Amino acid sequence: MTSTVSMTVNGKQVSAECEGRTLLVQYLREKLALTGTHVGCDTSQCGACVVHVDGISVKSCTMLAHQAEGCDVVTIEGLADGDTLHPMQEAFRENHALQCGFCTPGMVMSAIDMVNRHDTLDEKTVRHQLEGNLCRCTGYHNIVKAILAAHPVMKGTA
Amino acid sequence: MYDFNYRKASSVEDAVSAVTGAEDGRFLAGGMTIIPTIKQRLANPSDLVDLAGVGGLTGISVSGNTVEIGGMARHAEVNASSEVAAAIPALARLAGGIGDPQVRNRGTIGGSIANNDPAADYPAAVVGLGATVRTNRREIAGDDFFTGMFETALEPGELVTGVSFPVPSKAAYMKFPNPASRYAIVGVFVAATSGGPRVAVTGAGPCVFRVAEMEQALAGNFAPEAVADIKIGDDDLNSDIHASAEYRAHLVTVMAKRAVAQANG
Repeated sequence: MTSTVSMTVNGKQVSAECEGRTLLVQYLREKLALTGTHVGCDTSQCGACVVHVDGISVKSCTMLAHQAEGCDVVTIEGLADGDTLHPMQEAFRENHALQCGFCTPGMVMSAIDMVNRHDTLDEKTVRHQLEGNLCRCTGYHNIVKAILAAHPVMKGTA
Repeated sequence: MYDFNYRKASSVEDAVSAVTGAEDGRFLAGGMTIIPTIKQRLANPSDLVDLAGVGGLTGISVSGNTVEIGGMARHAEVNASSEVAAAIPALARLAGGIGDPQVRNRGTIGGSIANNDPAADYPAAVVGLGATVRTNRREIAGDDFFTGMFETALEPGELVTGVSFPVPSKAAYMKFPNPASRYAIVGVFVAATSGGPRVAVTGAGPCVFRVAEMEQALAGNFAPEAVADIKIGDDDLNSDIHASAEYRAHLVTVMAKRAVAQANG
């Protein structure tokens, strides 16, 4: 049985027919062709599928599209302003915080939520807050550096 | 995963009638367990009834000697609540150690305790603090709520609307987390309550349990040394690729000792 699910994605109002079981990540990738959000493990562990729903980071492989009805969703495609990268994307670029890049969309989305929730950040906190995101290139060192570099930029204290 | 009917409930009554009227209906709270379970085809409900739109199930309040947490309160909300942190800091810290940030942003206390995973954190707090579970039908003492592995006292069509935690004079939760999932390989919640010391263990056995011998020892002397030599038997403990029953038994003493030390500040 299908029914229409509507939400705002990256500022645009969208609608699509979904089954009850349609996951938010399937809605984004298959209905809207927004393939920047990745499916890594499909078991809620790797965090490659992290997006923001009403400003909060969630694993879109573990949320039904129906649960996001009427919500404001932001994906990795919604961050940059034209050719100007979001400060977190820029920090990842500056700090070489990726190798293969598969985990990067989820890392960036988690990192932005982390900065939003913390007035101050230190390395230990960043590592604890990154527990929901796996990087199999073992590139955590530069990811942590990038997040610590982006924090003051996003907070306007750089 | 197999398909199911998704239904968003507008009230507790609506949710209950949707679940009881379905062929095999289940409540959907945060979905952090049931969605992965359906994906793995370990569950195949005909209907999922979403509680996210039901009023009166969210919110956290502290009045007098009680912390009230709504059944749909997310782990991240409990962790970030300054009121919880002031009244029962051990509870706020426990919530902040569940899963990962994204799981904490979605997962709920009602969903966690209704599921009663043997390695979940919240059952240790509910039993360790002697909390009361509120449902749409009645109040259930924390000691009577968890009845076995993934089993609770909840009846069909009964849902957790909230949990009341009495404020202890001191408490702490210490867990040895599985490094991948952050589930408790062993977690021990200790509290000095008005009814005496309580020690609740999660992760070690099929269901949360109390350790009477440790509670008696702490009644005489609420200090790490009081529990340091108390060993629990490993006969009924879990044994899997992560830890043997013998190792879990050992960890119960270690975590209890550390929890008492932290509770004493």
